[in-house]
Amino acid sequence: MGATAVMVLAASALAACGGAASGAGTSITLYSGQHEQTTDALVAGFEKATGITVNVRSDDEDTLADGIVSEGSRSPADVIYTENSQVLEYLQGKGLLAHVDAAALARTPARYNSPQGDWLGVSARVSVLIYNPSLIAADQLPTSVLELADPKYAGKLAIAPQETDFQPIVTAVARADGQAAALRWLSAIKANAGPHNYPDNETIADEVNRGTVAFGIVNQYYWYRMRAEIGAANVHSKIAYFAAGDPGYVVDVSGAAVLKSSAHQAAAQKFLAYLVSPQAQEIIANPAKSISFEYPIASGVTTQAGETPLAQLRPYPISVAELGTGTTAIDLMRQAGLL
Amino acid sequence: MTVPPDTAVRPWARAAVGRVPTPPAGPARRQRRPVTLIAAGCLVAALLALPLAFLLIEAVGSGTAQVAQLTFRGLTAQLLWNTVKLTVVVTALCAVIGTAAAWCVERTSLPGRRAWEVLIVVPLAIPDFVVSFGWSSLWTWVQGFRGAVVVLTLAVYPLVYLPVAASFRAADPGQEEVARSLGVGRARTFVRITLAQARGAILGGCLLVAMVMLAEYGAFEILGYQTFTTEIFSEFSLSFSVPAASALSLVLVLLGLIVLAGEGLARGKGKVSRSGPLAARKLAPHRLGKATVPVLAGFAALTALALGVPVGSAVYWIFEGGAHALAGVTLPTAAVTTAGYGVAAAALDTVLALPLALLAVRHSGRAHHLLERSTYLVLAMPGVVAAFALSYFTEHYLGGIGYQSAPLLILCYAIMFFPLALVGVKASLARAPVSLDEVARSLGQRRLAVLVRVTLRLAAPGLAAAFCLVFLSVVTELTATLLLIPTGAQTLATQFWAYESNLSYGQAAPFALAMIVIAAVPSYVLGRFFNRSAQAERMIIT
Repeated sequence: MGATAVMVLAASALAACGGAASGAGTSITLYSGQHEQTTDALVAGFEKATGITVNVRSDDEDTLADGIVSEGSRSPADVIYTENSQVLEYLQGKGLLAHVDAAALARTPARYNSPQGDWLGVSARVSVLIYNPSLIAADQLPTSVLELADPKYAGKLAIAPQETDFQPIVTAVARADGQAAALRWLSAIKANAGPHNYPDNETIADEVNRGTVAFGIVNQYYWYRMRAEIGAANVHSKIAYFAAGDPGYVVDVSGAAVLKSSAHQAAAQKFLAYLVSPQAQEIIANPAKSISFEYPIASGVTTQAGETPLAQLRPYPISVAELGTGTTAIDLMRQAGLL
Repeated sequence: MTVPPDTAVRPWARAAVGRVPTPPAGPARRQRRPVTLIAAGCLVAALLALPLAFLLIEAVGSGTAQVAQLTFRGLTAQLLWNTVKLTVVVTALCAVIGTAAAWCVERTSLPGRRAWEVLIVVPLAIPDFVVSFGWSSLWTWVQGFRGAVVVLTLAVYPLVYLPVAASFRAADPGQEEVARSLGVGRARTFVRITLAQARGAILGGCLLVAMVMLAEYGAFEILGYQTFTTEIFSEFSLSFSVPAASALSLVLVLLGLIVLAGEGLARGKGKVSRSGPLAARKLAPHRLGKATVPVLAGFAALTALALGVPVGSAVYWIFEGGAHALAGVTLPTAAVTTAGYGVAAAALDTVLALPLALLAVRHSGRAHHLLERSTYLVLAMPGVVAAFALSYFTEHYLGGIGYQSAPLLILCYAIMFFPLALVGVKASLARAPVSLDEVARSLGQRRLAVLVRVTLRLAAPGLAAAFCLVFLSVVTELTATLLLIPTGAQTLATQFWAYESNLSYGQAAPFALAMIVIAAVPSYVLGRFFNRSAQAERMIIT
């Protein structure tokens, strides 16, 4: 009897305490898959500029997207901010995103935005090789991502196939050479990576730097972020680019979108507009402010991180629409046993 | 309301139990069927079945063909091998280290016993992922299978040590004396009598270790070792692939069932009975003699590795780490949030465990046993499954009420760690003699009053142990917390994780130390409880 009574009490307490906090028009909820330092810096700038409070929920971007899908019209989120375009394409395909204000879209080159105008590009990165010169000489590195399948790299290569960042490379390889070739390529790099199949890009950067493995594929900013965290004196690795136009040489776009279900459309659009404003883009451009090391993409702002400028990169020509939701890449990785 | 034996539990629970003890033939005295208790017990068991229900709903929803395709692929075999290999090796190592340490502390002339008693148990307070962070941030060789064996063995061996030490303490010394006096050699006496007496405790400890290994996430993620749980977590987070994650989780549940059944079978074989009352008589300790120095060195090494490395590494990174603080929550805020969740979940679990524990201890019977036993299965399920299950059910059946709220997270913790509470509550109720209840009732006290005034008071130390065990687990929980935590809140574990995964070791380290400090208090209480527990062998799942 006692136990039941307490359980009934507990259940009613649960019901009573339910319901997420929702502000009175002056606060929005942001689901962020971006690095927390970057998000923190941008949110602080936005709150100061507008007086609108932002509640941040940080998690893996796919987890957040899945959450939004299952939350449906009740989603507490007003804005989602991700590291990669695939997640935004996925939500757009589900019809969950509102159109982005045209003025915000006009701030950045159209190729970095959703062709439908439902999400907004905020910053960009590029895939590179990170290598440890004491384990592999620069001239021994592959110049094409396809060479990673070469058996001579067995035990030397590190990959993080579970990271969303890896999907664009697979998509690009499949587009360049066809799905069958992409599958053979994936099987070969799985064999070459062996135990160096890591959960995330930070681990690749760390293990290459510490000399556990010779080289790996990451986005360029992980190397810069690692250098900022551990100090230049502890950096024993370098980065190298693939040959111009190689399918391994892909620009990834980080973006944001307003949810259709948001009850705070105006404030949410304001946040998106802020992300591509000169102030926000300067925060992204300046490592001292955000430790972002991503490329700002709004016109007139360039990176101050001392990396090869975005305009000088010669990536594989593939559009955000062609990168799509990444499901083809995921299917291929499943078939290859990488997932 | 009566509950027919076979509808009260699911068929898989029967499989888990294997052989079912038959109820005592012809009770000495007619007993009223405890209807309220059974109803409450069924409610709790239903709550505990939510994660499995969610997995089945997802599996059915995506169709047999897809589930089969997702289950029988190359990766599953690899994960199965990785998981089983590691579970077997770590469990065996823990059994050896835990039992040897317990025997040395309880039965030999080891100098400094009182200090070792504490030092050997404290590693229980260090979250597994903090141990792996400590090791792998200092040495690159600590990764993969080798790293996982080292780190997890050092992190979880106290789960064997605690029950085994208690069992040595409580065992009937007469049997060893008799064996020796009959001319049986030292070694044979040790194997045939001493180890046999501790058998239940060793198996119980091994069961806990194996279950922890199946469900561990953070430590393996840091070490780059892929098991079912790490893959389930990535499937849940990657690629909108809930069906794939559910299919893998069902395989993991099956593994959990096998472990439970195996433990049940092993336990069933042969039992050492004790004669006479529980006398607190002590054997003269074995003299270590020349072995004193090597044994002491062994204890020092174990403490240095299990306690020194993780703590030392955290301290090292505080001084050596970079200086890019996140604007996230501060250490005190995270500590208060964490402790709050821990207290709430531990209290809820202690209460929820009462009906099933009372049924198991006071009204033993086949159906009650299965009902109770079925709840152990959640131990083998990754936290992320329980979290997804709760968000699924709140979204689909409660209109989103409670979603991303503290109470739902606390309920999730309560489900995940319920078996730990049940173990403690059962043991403590077993210590409260039923005759005292009867006396109280014969004096005219009502049932509820008897429960509160007599039974619970007698069971208080065990209830405290159950509370501590749950609290300890909540403080170090990561994956479910990441999913269900209210927007804007952080626990010590999530904030540690945010820093650690950004390679901000300097910022992560204070959160690691805070977790160790907060968890050390309940670990100490637990250690005391296990040491004092007279009926040690009943502590672990029986």
